[in-house]
Amino acid sequence: MSALAQRRARPRDPLLIAALALVGLQVALALAAPLVAPYDPLHQDILARLKGPSAAHWFGADHLGRDILARTLYGYRASLAVSAAAVGLALLVGGAIGLVSAYYRGWTERVLMRMMDVVFAFPVMLLAIGVIAVIGAGAAPAAIAIAIVYTPIFARLTRGPALVVAASEYVEGARAAGAGDLRIILIHILPNLLGVLLVQASLLLSSAILVEASLSFLGVGTQPPHPSLGLMLSEGRNVLMLSPWSAIFAGFAILFLAFGFNLLGDTLRDRLDPRLARSA
Amino acid sequence: MIPRLLAARLIDLAVILFGVSVVVFLLIRLVPGDAVAIMLGANAEVTPERIAELRGRLGLDLPIHTQYLRWAGAALTGDFGVSIWTGRPVIEEILASIGPTIELTLLALIFGAVPAVPLGALMAQWRGGAADAALRVVSIAGLTIPSFWLGIVMILALATLAPSAPMLGYVPFAQDPLGHVLRLILPAFALGLPVLANLSRLVRTAMLEALSQDYVRTARAKGVGERRVVYRHALRNALIPFVTSLGVMTGYLLGGAIVVEQVFAIPGLGRLVLGAIAERNYPLIQATILVVTCGFVIVNFVVDLLYLAIDPRLRGAR
Repeated sequence: MSALAQRRARPRDPLLIAALALVGLQVALALAAPLVAPYDPLHQDILARLKGPSAAHWFGADHLGRDILARTLYGYRASLAVSAAAVGLALLVGGAIGLVSAYYRGWTERVLMRMMDVVFAFPVMLLAIGVIAVIGAGAAPAAIAIAIVYTPIFARLTRGPALVVAASEYVEGARAAGAGDLRIILIHILPNLLGVLLVQASLLLSSAILVEASLSFLGVGTQPPHPSLGLMLSEGRNVLMLSPWSAIFAGFAILFLAFGFNLLGDTLRDRLDPRLARSA
Repeated sequence: MIPRLLAARLIDLAVILFGVSVVVFLLIRLVPGDAVAIMLGANAEVTPERIAELRGRLGLDLPIHTQYLRWAGAALTGDFGVSIWTGRPVIEEILASIGPTIELTLLALIFGAVPAVPLGALMAQWRGGAADAALRVVSIAGLTIPSFWLGIVMILALATLAPSAPMLGYVPFAQDPLGHVLRLILPAFALGLPVLANLSRLVRTAMLEALSQDYVRTARAKGVGERRVVYRHALRNALIPFVTSLGVMTGYLLGGAIVVEQVFAIPGLGRLVLGAIAERNYPLIQATILVVTCGFVIVNFVVDLLYLAIDPRLRGAR
């Protein structure tokens, strides 16, 4: 018990602060890319082609002489935009499916959750590639594909606790007081789930960043010449022995971004779940 | 209890496989515009006759439920039609490419799962303090390191340190056993590392959970030795979530293998399916996704059964 009391009493978790700082810094860099990037990401400096880090190009220049630092910063933007859109969409759709299932039960629940089971049955990358095969390659298709893949995760995650809350006395009370279905779901049930959803959104953002990078690396995500971290890796791979800089810096960027969101989700989970915090 | 449970699981399995087949079937029908015209698009002589001929061959001129029944019936016998460009049966092309992917997935699974148990148990014993936080950071880094990047970095490092070492490509085992294994070590390591990080964290959490349970206290109170308490009582229970997540990990690895294969130039399903996307060979894409997903669903089903076998509570419910 004393360990629990200690943890509760300790106001700050240094890892949580580190995660917030890491995520905050990278999101800020992504947002401010047009302001802080030293060059246009498409600008070609032919003389600097494949050269390593220098005063003019801090991260070096790629096979077309484009500044790798600028491309990394814009790559952050692309990667975050696609991943955040994907996770946001999955959260909306999956969350709605989970809430509706838990609230209406019966056939609605059975059919919806079965559909979610089917989508969940596909290996993530394979389903994403399949969706892209249908709707075409690109950044927006990649976001839609990742959203479809993650929808069942949010549906299942929402349904469990929503079932508990929906059966609770205060929801019964609200219904007795005359509250409509939508009001009960949005005002009385949903707020109880925000913590869990926030943690999962952060963790899935981390995976979405990796999936988006993989898709772009395979050539079915963001298309050239747009700057994208996954694309930089595949372009860098072709000139790896001559000039590894593009691949190296893009890789670190993907790692730091995914790492930040994962650490954030992980430390937030401890915060929000005292039971886990005790055993962690 | 067990036969009923088994029957329920079998029904679940059938429903999921049916659902998966419907989704894969609909894939080609959801292509915006005329899928057949798109498929033939890369070809110069596209005549209305050719379009009609291919549409007839794919059965696209029939009512949709008839199309599904025909397609699914043929798929059950392993007949996925012929590949549009090569004219070879689709199933042959898949079988020719599936070997390296399965091998890579299994090797990565072994690499990720086997060390995870002792590692997780160790991590549980080191809980608290700076070492704990450091381990946590290291394992999250392992979890989020992009496999394909790790592969590229390892190729770069090895090319610098040992330029003559075999790294890329694939040679059949029968042709060169040593070269075969050597070429798979790096990709399996790159692919399996996130799984190792994931599973060892999972074992650690489950161990800590188990060690705080009443039966562990009881065992200690009875005077059972600490080592026995940890490895016999706690670890056994901690293995349950470990085994359940092996199925999910297999799915992750199958998908990841597609990417890692590209890095190491391994001729597996990744190359097949990406090639199929580039040439809009929809039957091949469909069949690949169907075969791999069904395999994955069945692996998960078997893992579920394993779970029934090792969970003493479920066995008690018999």
